[in-house]
This record gives sequence, C-alpha cells and structure tokens, in this order.
Amino acid sequence: MNIKLIKYGVMEFAELIKTPRVDGVVLHRPFLPTVEGTLCLTGHHLILSSRQDNTEELWLLHSNIDSIEKRFVGSLGSIIVKCKDLRVIQLDIPGMEECLNISSSVEALSTLDSVSLMYPFFYRPMFEVIEDGWNSFLPEEVFKDLESMTDEWRLSEVNKDFSVCPSYPPLVAVPKDVDDDTLRKVASFRHSGRFPVLSYYHKKNGMVMMRAGQPLTGTNGRRCKEDEKLINATLRPGKRGYIIDTRTINVAQQAKARGGGFESEANYPQWRRIHKTIERANVLQEGLIKLVEACNDQSHSMDRWLSKLEASNWQTHVKEILTTACLAAQCIDREGASVLVHGTEGTDSTLQVTSLAQIILDPACRTIRGFQGLVEREWLQAGHPFQQRCAQSAFSNNKSRQEAPVFLLFLDCVWQILRQFPCSFEFSESFLVLLFEHAYASQFGTFLGNGAAGRAKLSLPEKTVSLWSWVNRPQELERLTNPLYEANSLVIWPSVAPQSLLLWEGVFLRWNRSSKCLDEAYEEMVHIIEYNKELQNKVNSLRRQLAQLETEDPLLQTP
Amino acid sequence: TNGTLYLTATHLIFVESSAKNSTSILHHHIASVEKLSLTTTGCPLVIQCRNFRLVHFVVQRERDCHDIYSSLLLSYEELYAFSYNPKQNDQQREEGWQLIDLGAEFERMGVPCDQWQLTDVNRDYKVCETYPRDLYVPITASKPIIVGSSKFRSKGRFPVLTYFYQEKKAAVCRCSQPLSGFSARCLEDESLLQAISKANHNCRFVYVMDTRPKLNALANRAAGKGYENEDNYSNIRFQFVGIENIHVMRTSLQKLMEVVGTRSLSMSDYLVGLESSGWLRHIKAVVDAAIFLTKAVTLEGASVLVHCSDGWDRTAQVCSLGALLMDPYYRTIKGFMVLIEKDWISFGHKFADRCDQLDGDPKEVSPIFTQFLECVWQLSEQFPQAFEFSEWFLLQIHEHVHSCQYGNFLGNNQRQREELQLRERTHSLWAFLMSDKENYLNPFYSPAYAESHPVLAPSTLPYHFKFWRNMYHQFDRSMHPRQSILKTILTLRENSRKYIPELSVCLCYPEATESTDTERTVEGSSGSESRKQSYGELEGTYNSELAKEEPAVVSLEFGVARMTC
Repeated sequence: MNIKLIKYGVMEFAELIKTPRVDGVVLHRPFLPTVEGTLCLTGHHLILSSRQDNTEELWLLHSNIDSIEKRFVGSLGSIIVKCKDLRVIQLDIPGMEECLNISSSVEALSTLDSVSLMYPFFYRPMFEVIEDGWNSFLPEEVFKDLESMTDEWRLSEVNKDFSVCPSYPPLVAVPKDVDDDTLRKVASFRHSGRFPVLSYYHKKNGMVMMRAGQPLTGTNGRRCKEDEKLINATLRPGKRGYIIDTRTINVAQQAKARGGGFESEANYPQWRRIHKTIERANVLQEGLIKLVEACNDQSHSMDRWLSKLEASNWQTHVKEILTTACLAAQCIDREGASVLVHGTEGTDSTLQVTSLAQIILDPACRTIRGFQGLVEREWLQAGHPFQQRCAQSAFSNNKSRQEAPVFLLFLDCVWQILRQFPCSFEFSESFLVLLFEHAYASQFGTFLGNGAAGRAKLSLPEKTVSLWSWVNRPQELERLTNPLYEANSLVIWPSVAPQSLLLWEGVFLRWNRSSKCLDEAYEEMVHIIEYNKELQNKVNSLRRQLAQLETEDPLLQTP
Repeated sequence: TNGTLYLTATHLIFVESSAKNSTSILHHHIASVEKLSLTTTGCPLVIQCRNFRLVHFVVQRERDCHDIYSSLLLSYEELYAFSYNPKQNDQQREEGWQLIDLGAEFERMGVPCDQWQLTDVNRDYKVCETYPRDLYVPITASKPIIVGSSKFRSKGRFPVLTYFYQEKKAAVCRCSQPLSGFSARCLEDESLLQAISKANHNCRFVYVMDTRPKLNALANRAAGKGYENEDNYSNIRFQFVGIENIHVMRTSLQKLMEVVGTRSLSMSDYLVGLESSGWLRHIKAVVDAAIFLTKAVTLEGASVLVHCSDGWDRTAQVCSLGALLMDPYYRTIKGFMVLIEKDWISFGHKFADRCDQLDGDPKEVSPIFTQFLECVWQLSEQFPQAFEFSEWFLLQIHEHVHSCQYGNFLGNNQRQREELQLRERTHSLWAFLMSDKENYLNPFYSPAYAESHPVLAPSTLPYHFKFWRNMYHQFDRSMHPRQSILKTILTLRENSRKYIPELSVCLCYPEATESTDTERTVEGSSGSESRKQSYGELEGTYNSELAKEEPAVVSLEFGVARMTC
C-alpha cells in the first residue's frame, strides 16, 4: 500500500509527530529476516516500508504498543517496541535525534487518554459490509429464541436510561412475575445495581443460570425480601438451587466490612452456596506479567522455566476458572438445579464462569456465530469494562489497578476445551487469537468503552465499525473455520486435571518459536480433509446418478 | 464396578459383572502389588504396572485377597514369550526374525568402504561378551590394536562404528570408559582413536563425547576408570555433556509418577513436582547431547566417539537419537526398528536388567529406553511431518519392551539371546508391528519434508519440552482429549481409501453396485458414533461436595473408575 494515500485525519496528531519519516531503518523480528526501509509515523500507525517489491511491511497500531525502550550504541539508536499482542520487535534508527523523536512520539501516541481519538473513530472499512455487526446480536432478537422455549421470563425496560444499573444494557431478561419496582429495590441491594438477570436457559431441563453483583448485606446482615423473592421465583416448587460465589469464604466475609457480603443460609434456605477461588483482577494481571516474562526468558534452564511458570500462577487461574464453570454446568445439567453466579462486582470472574458454562452446555455457543453472540451477551452487554481491563498488557510499566487479563483468561479456557474437543467447535484457534488481539488494540469499535452506559455515550454503532461486520464475511469466516468441525449436540465435559491443561502456545509462545513446521502440518491436515470431502461428494453424486439410471432402466437393476 | 477376578498363567483378568468390559494385565507388566489395611467393604489391593497403569481392587474376603497377593508375587520362571503362540508356522516365524538385517543396514550407510571394514575379532564373543558378533572398525585398526584397546576399556567395549554419515565420511563411534585411572594409558587404544581420526579426511580431529557429568567421570578415576586425557591422544577434542546416571533417572521417574499419581492434584503441586522430579531436565539433557553430536558430524564433518561408563545406557541414547536427527531413514517405521535393533538390542542395552524382566536387582532397573522414546516423542511434537510413525507406535514398542511377549528385548545382550535360542523359540515384535503398520502411520508425514529437511535442528528451549501425558497416563482416559485429531484424520484417510475403489467400480461397471454396503461401513467408521459414546465417559465431579458415595465393591481406580462410575 502506498503511504501517501493515508490521510492524517486530525490536526492534534500532527503536533505529537516530531519526525514523521526516517530512512534507513532496520527492523528485527525473531525468526524473520531483517528488513531495511523507511519508517513513517501517522496519527494511528507506525509503518515500515521497504522499497523492494514483495517485502513485507510493518503496520503497527499505536494502541497496540504496550511499552517502548530506547538504546544507543554510538550514534545508532534502537527502539524496542513491546506490543499488547506480546510481540517484541526492534527498530534500528540512524541518528540520535531521529531516534529520540520517534520514540517520544510513539510513546505519546500510544498513550492517548481520549477514547474519541482512538483509531476506530477514524477507520473507514475498505471491505464490503455484508451484515452490520452492530445489529447482529440485539437483546430483543435473543429474547425471541428464549420465548420459543419458555414463557417464564420477560424483557424488562427498567434500565432503559441506565439509571438502575449503569453497566447493564437497557433490556434485560428477568422472571415474569417480578415487576420493575421490585427490580429497582433489588438493584439497591446488589453491588453496582447489578440485580440478578438471566444468563442462560438450559433447554434440556428448563434450569437457568443467573448472574448478579454481590448482595450488600454488610456487617449487620441486611436483608432484602425482594431479592429473595426474585431469585426464588426461578426455582421449581420443592427444588433447591445453587449459588456459586467465585470468591473464597474468607474473601466473601471480608467483603462484608466494605458493605458487601453473601447470601446467608437463613435468608436463602432454598439455596446452597458454594465458594470457589477465582482470583481478583490485580492478581491476574501480575500473573500475566510473570508468565510473559518467563516465556521471553531465553535461558536454557528447565528448572528456571518450570518454576517461573509455576510462580506466575497462570495455569492455576485457568484451572480454577474452568473448574468453577464445570461446576456451574454440572449443577444445571446433572443436578437439575438452577444456579446464581456472582463474585464481587459481577463483571469479571462471574462472566468467566457464566460464559464458559454455556460453552460446555450449549452447542450453539461452539459455532462461530454463536460464540460471537456469547461474547456480545456475556461480556460486552453484560458490562465487562474492556477499556479499563485491556488498557495495558504484560509489558507496561504504568500499572493502574484496573488492568487485568480477565477476557484473555476466558479465551485461554475456551482454548483448553477446544484442545480437548477439537472436533466440536466450528471455529479454530485463530478466532480466539483474533479476539485477543482486538480486545487490546483494534480498528473496530466493538471492544471500546466500559459497560453499557459508557459505551452508549460513545455512539459506537454510528461512529465505528463492528468487528463482527469484518468477521462475518465469507473469506474471513473461511479463515476462522475449524476444518475438523462436526456438529456435536452434547454437553462436553472437559478434564481439569493439571496434566490435561496446557500452556496456550498460540498466544504466549507465538512470537518466540518458529511455527513453520506446525503450520505446514496444519495445511496438510486441511488438505486431507478437503480431499476426503471431494471424494465423498463424487461418490455421492455417482450414487445418485446410478439410482436414477436404475429407476429409468429396469434392465440395469441388480438381481 | 463389580466383577470377577481371574488369574491365569500369564494374565490377571478382571471381568465386569455386566460382562461389558474386561481388563487384562500381563504378569510381566506388574511392577508392584500392595495390600492395604482392611476396610468395611473388603480388602484393598493396589497393583502398579510398568506401563504406568494403576489398578485398585477391593476383594471382599481377606483370605482371597491374600491368596491373590501371594500368587502375584511369585516369580514366573517361564517368560510369556516362550508360551505366546500367534498361530504362525516356523517359516513365518523365521521370516519375522529376518525382517531386520543389520548387515544390510551398514551397507545402506555405505560400510564397508575404503576406510571402514567388518572385523571378525568378536565372532565368538571372545573380545567383548556384550557386543554383537559383527563389528565395524577402521581399515587401519589391526587385531592386536583392537584387542589391546578392549583390555583398556570397561567391559571390553572398545570403540566401534555405529553410524556412518556418508556425505561427510564422518563416523559416529561408541565405546565404554577407558581404564585410565589417574595416569594409566594404553598405546593400542590411542592408536585406535588415531585410526578413527585418520579414517575421516574432512576433519583433523575427532570429538570424544563423555556423556556423563564431569564429577561422575572424575569419581570414576579413583576406581581405575575415568576418561581420555587429551595430552595422550593426538587430535581429540574432549567434551562432557552431563547426562545423569541410571540411578538418578530411576528416582526421577519415581518422583514424577508419585506427583502425577496424586489425587486431586493442584496445578501448583503439579508444576513444582514436575520441576523437582527433574524428569524434563534429563530429557532435555539427552536431546541437547544428541544435537551436539549431530552438529559435530553434519556441520563440522567431524567423527565423534561417544561413551559413558559402560557404554550401553547414555551412549545408546545419544548415538541413536543423534542418528535419528541426521538420517531421515530412522524416522520411518522400518528405519526406527533398525535403529533400535542396532543401537539398543545388538550393542547390548541391558533390557532384562533395566526393565526388570526376571526379578533382578532393583538397583539395575532404570527407564533409559523409555527416555529415548520420550525424546523421540518430544521431537515429533516439534516436527509433526518428519516422522512416518505416530505416537501410538512409540507407545506400542514401550508396551512390548515390558510385556516379554516377543523375544526381541529378552536378555541383556546378543550372546544371551543366542543361548536362550530366542529365534527358534519366540516371535519377533518387528514382524508383528510391520503387519500392523497401518495403525502406526502418522497421517501428516511427508516424505518430501524428509527430503528437504534431512537433518533436524530442534530447539531445546525449555518450553518445547512437555509432559508426555499419553505415555504416563495412557490408561487414565479421563485425562486425554475427548476427541483425537490423529484418530479423526486417520479415519478420514481410511474413508478416502475406501472411496477410490468405489469410484472406479461405479465408473466401470454401473450394474455391480454394492454402494449400500460401502456406505454402511463408511458411516459406521466415520467416528461420529463412537465419538459420541466417548463423551459420556467423564462424569467426574468438579466439587467434592457434590461427589456421591460409590457403592462399588471392586473398583478400578483412576481412568477406569471414572469411566464406569
């Protein structure tokens, strides 16, 4: 692509770009040959283009840059760019001043505060939008499916103007017998107004999964009759339900001092509470930093690698989250009970559990479109604060307490299930990697903002393009499809033994190993599958012809 | 699961009362039997197998339990191989044994040639009891030199050729440690090394790889053994590579199995245990050594002499793995058999002792060969297209190294095998595996890949080494992926093969259709049915509070128990 064609949309950026262009820059990437070319800075991209034909260019979104380091050897400066997708590259820039300018410009451009200056607001799609992703997964459409299965739920507009719960969407599914006034009262009893709403309806036995914020019982054990009424309304007569609290009992106890708490046995006699151990955001962030550090350690010591891997606790988090999701699924499918899931806010570990449980229980969530719907419902509309959580990744030095790889852990868990059931998912690993990349830096508006109210203010559907518009095109779908897929209507129970859970190499070792051999083997697999399909089609069409001939000509019939 | 336990002369068989399933365990596979204290349901009996199966029985009456226990502890004088009869006649049996011909293998490498010859010095096992009869040495090495050198080498295992890299005329030789002590030297041994060096015109020196850690080699000097002094040997480059000894390896695997055998193991304990067992560190050390060997031979064109203490454990690992990296032939099914036959069986890896075939010295038992198979598996993970065989082939070989069902791995060396008349009295595993070849093929194997990548250059960064779940938990099916890519692809390939004749049938003789039949087989084997059944297998529980008491009287623990609960 010709650089001159790129339009610098906004004047603000021009002031930040001290040196827009440097010649003779050398790009170093692991496992790839070095490239020499011209480095250009635009408002949103760092671009390296070599003048030779057929040489790959580097196009890097500034928002993908997590940290930047400078090094000088004589007058030759180098900058080391560490990206949110965990890639690390080095650029050798001749001239000290140029190097300093580039480095400070990139630093400024990659840490812009204002959301409205982000690339999605400037990006114009160069592809034909077949289906506008912003309209693909509207709550009212999803509710129509539910209505076809049960009449026990209704769509409430109580949160129409986000006044009851800023992180909930304007439309939520609640028990039919509970009116909006009750919902308002319950909202004041739940963290951030997150009253229990429907997350999943298990068609097989009519059991449901709900999610909420923690109840605000406080130290003196405040109770709320409406809250009890709401969740009891989801129980069948004589049946008990399970409350899965994603925190340990200790953490839940401590939450009381800050006004939070959990459902007591006395006030919720029809519910059995189970505490699990999913870590909180800042612990997860620390884990990510340590894990990535371990993966980038090029030392040859096995002991060091294993002890660093252990110390990161990443795999422990994966195991805990998966186990909790399996437990929720088990309660619903095996015990035939309804489930309420919450942690503290109900925007992080809660969503990990409810979304993974649906992957296990509901075959529809294992299709490409179904998975998009799941991410849309259980993450975007459910109010996971993507902007805060994904502002920085594993390399950044300025740590705010809000960053956490909650969504990445969810994707990792999905990958683990995919590894164990490689034929049951319509999408391949590359779809998960794509979502990881776009959650952290993207030309699309899908993952911008925090919570439904915050997102509404940004007018994303009007001003940005949806990631789903890009994904739901034939050529992209083909790239993301799992060639082994064969629809499987059953519940899939993954193994959560440590021996069964692997490090997600496709993300964490992606840039640290040569994937050539693995890619070639994958191609070979695709080839075998396609060849088989081709033969099968031929056989089928011949059979049809034969059958036709037989009916037309009785002489040909076999005796 | 309830059921009946049968003891036969060769197997222990458990048949479920529903008669749907049965489990049989070869006596040779049983590593240990343990009787636990009496419980309310009966007397528990825990049997651990060499192929990493762990079975847990509860026998109602204590006396019965004791009887089983004591009869299992009996040593079976007759090895299974002598009674195993796969309904073959003598001719077929003989053909089976002729499948692998090491003479032909050396010919394939280009030996004998103008620099290397076959020597008859060990025709009657007079010079070295643990070597094969046929050995290849440099042309210039006379008999007195060989005999003199053998007296200076532990167990008489003097330097001989094991692999010849034709492209650079570089040789891989193997031997045991020299009896050098602190100062002893042997002119014949020095001449033999000189002869090895001279046989290669491409390189002025020869590498001597001592595969032991330096400390071990130093300690051996006090016992009159040791390593080559660079001052005494002209043109050698001496190198330690630091693979630990059989005792360290045995303990390491024990620790590993202890860790992974823990019930409701936490991720942290698993990773800490994986590290402290040192197992993957040892695996990496072997691969690192093989890479050193490969680089010396293929890049520098240097000949290499490999040894450890006796030259039948670490030396076998490094020589065979190195050859596998250098020569694509060894990455085929037939070639891999040849490699094992050459570097392990014929050069006297002590299978009987290491695999504890006849209740020998427990200190001699060590998973050296298992490590070799694991190294190959680790490489196949990095190079999915480089190997003609799949993981199942490695698992099957491992199974039969311990099963004693075939004669190949019985005894400690060729001489013993001849004395046992194995070729006349038992069958060869290689023939059986060859007849079953279809099952072991790697669908991703590409001969073109082998051609374009004759030498493999694996990365040995630590994260490339993984725990081999399918080996160490091969019977714990609940831990395996519920759907196997390998199985699915193999089924597809099988289907494709079936379509082709049908296509030609349809095209040529439209009246002779058996399409309905074919269709049935195709769909029956498409895997969708069988796969669906297997989903139900895991109904393990993710929370102890939800666990229900199992009313079983006899329960098979781990995978099997979950499978049937």
